[in-house]
Amino acid sequence: MIDYKKKLATLSIEIKSIFSGHPIAIAGLIGFIVFVLTALLAPWIAPQNPYDLMILDIMDGLLPPLSKLGNGTTSWLGTDALGRDILSAVMYGLRLSLFVAFVAVSIGTTIGVFLGLLAATKGGWVESVIMRAVDLKVSFPGILLALMLLAVFGTGVDKIIYALIIGVWASKARLTRSSALSEMQKEYIDAAKISGIPNWRIMLKFLLPNSIAPVLVMVPMALSGAIGAEATLSFLGVGVPITEPSLGLLIANGNDYLLSGKWWISIFPGVVLVSLVLCINVVADRIREHNNPYLKSMDKQ
Amino acid sequence: MINFILKRLWHSGILAITMSLIVFFGMYVVGDPVEMLSDDEFTEQDKIDLAIELGLDKPLYEQYFTFTGDMLQGDFGTSFVYNRPVLDLIIERLPATLEISLLAMVIGLSIGIPLGIFSGIKNNSRASKIISFFTTVGYSTPNFWQAIILIMVFAVFLQWLPASGRGLTNSMFGVEWSLLSIDGLRHMALPAVNLAIYKICMQQRLAKSGTQEILYQEYMTYARAKGISRYRIIRRHLLRNILIPIVTITGLEVGGLIAFSTVTESIFSWPGIGKLLLDSIHMIDRPVVVAYLILITLMFVFINFVVDVMYAILDPRIRHQK
Repeated sequence: MIDYKKKLATLSIEIKSIFSGHPIAIAGLIGFIVFVLTALLAPWIAPQNPYDLMILDIMDGLLPPLSKLGNGTTSWLGTDALGRDILSAVMYGLRLSLFVAFVAVSIGTTIGVFLGLLAATKGGWVESVIMRAVDLKVSFPGILLALMLLAVFGTGVDKIIYALIIGVWASKARLTRSSALSEMQKEYIDAAKISGIPNWRIMLKFLLPNSIAPVLVMVPMALSGAIGAEATLSFLGVGVPITEPSLGLLIANGNDYLLSGKWWISIFPGVVLVSLVLCINVVADRIREHNNPYLKSMDKQ
Repeated sequence: MINFILKRLWHSGILAITMSLIVFFGMYVVGDPVEMLSDDEFTEQDKIDLAIELGLDKPLYEQYFTFTGDMLQGDFGTSFVYNRPVLDLIIERLPATLEISLLAMVIGLSIGIPLGIFSGIKNNSRASKIISFFTTVGYSTPNFWQAIILIMVFAVFLQWLPASGRGLTNSMFGVEWSLLSIDGLRHMALPAVNLAIYKICMQQRLAKSGTQEILYQEYMTYARAKGISRYRIIRRHLLRNILIPIVTITGLEVGGLIAFSTVTESIFSWPGIGKLLLDSIHMIDRPVVVAYLILITLMFVFINFVVDVMYAILDPRIRHQK
């Protein structure tokens, strides 16, 4: 039996040792948690439902921040051309952006880890095929592959998730394979093999938990990368549909009004997007630094 | 070394063929060309005639061979929108993309690497922390958002620089270059800086972590103990060793820059191949999209090959690997 209480205790010590004494990383973590909570609670805390076109009033269109709306409420961050409250749109956009990135990164990482383990344990042609595919993927910039896929299959929330998954899996597969290969050199794996434990069980019970750490370190970076990629694709008009704007699409919508001085439509979603990615990257950098043996030894010197 | 090169060439060949298969199946099999080309007035018979005319009635492998055969002869088809040979369209726009990418690359390398080495050596100084903070912000800001900010600040508020188009071009080797005129350079400034910011941040981070890893290797301690001058240690021991990751990433990033120029070009209306690709995706101009993808694939295969060979020249351990 695994002692979950003990595991939780070690985890919290680990988290403390990652963040203590690094105020910027702590600020990043808190910022990220606030963004996630805002996204999760958006339907309850947003002033209006920006997807519901019936409640929008065109008379409220293009109002600057802190304006009074037709129904008497205040629009803190202004409204867009349709009279949509920017604050609400940003909250829902954040929700969609985070959802797309979370789903894509978790599926992509799972596929990558599984393929990496498969390559490490099976060897032979299975390994060659998987690693060739990884080489193929890694040699292309993700944004091009995504554009290619979206050009072929069309756009939509599901399509963009597929495109992002394809951007995520390969580096994870490569990392898992190399870390699993070095793990397989160890004696306990031999012992497990000799005692007749089936291969798939060795793979899932022993190799998976012991070789996943380097991949987990990469996950925050993958997440911020996916958020940025989704925003870029949506901004270019090949991402999410216009009816469910993500942060990138909100920025694109406001972009046309920027030159006429109506800055709030683009600037607020942009600021949220940049802060979100920045928070994640600060945390990701700290975690990576913490796990880098070179840098660790340097801290001591 | 020759063995190594031959093996890499063989890998590159396989890579190119695999990608051409993927593009072919993606564009020709998943997407239906007849549906794209026909309109409401087409009868069933018209559609069948069109399919025969396009060679879609033939078996798949035959279609694939016609497709690759035509391409090898430089025939990439005709654009639906511009009604001109696709290859001409791409070649015409290629110099614009190249000059902007190269300028960005030069700016990125010449600022990013020195900054990175500096902040690696003086890791705990305030200056290094400030530099690293700014590059983290730059690295975290999506390209398109930087572009919007650049336009707002330098084109709208300050009105120093133009925000779209190529400006005046001068001709060299029969090709028009914005690099060769003052007005052209002014037009290049914002898009080139837009592409370069990411590169600066990327190179700074790479050079910094490379420097830090090398700084505490035993041979560095030894070199210091021998009393070799600081300058010589940096030049002989540090620079040489951090070059390996930088060459790899830079090589791949040349391609990355050209790919990312799709974003920059479309925001700054820079008439390069990236803007052509996006316009073609929006207007469903399939031959252009296919040709772009195939050409960019070949370019990437070539870049990867060059990077691998460079890598082997710089690091003897790599060419002797199995």
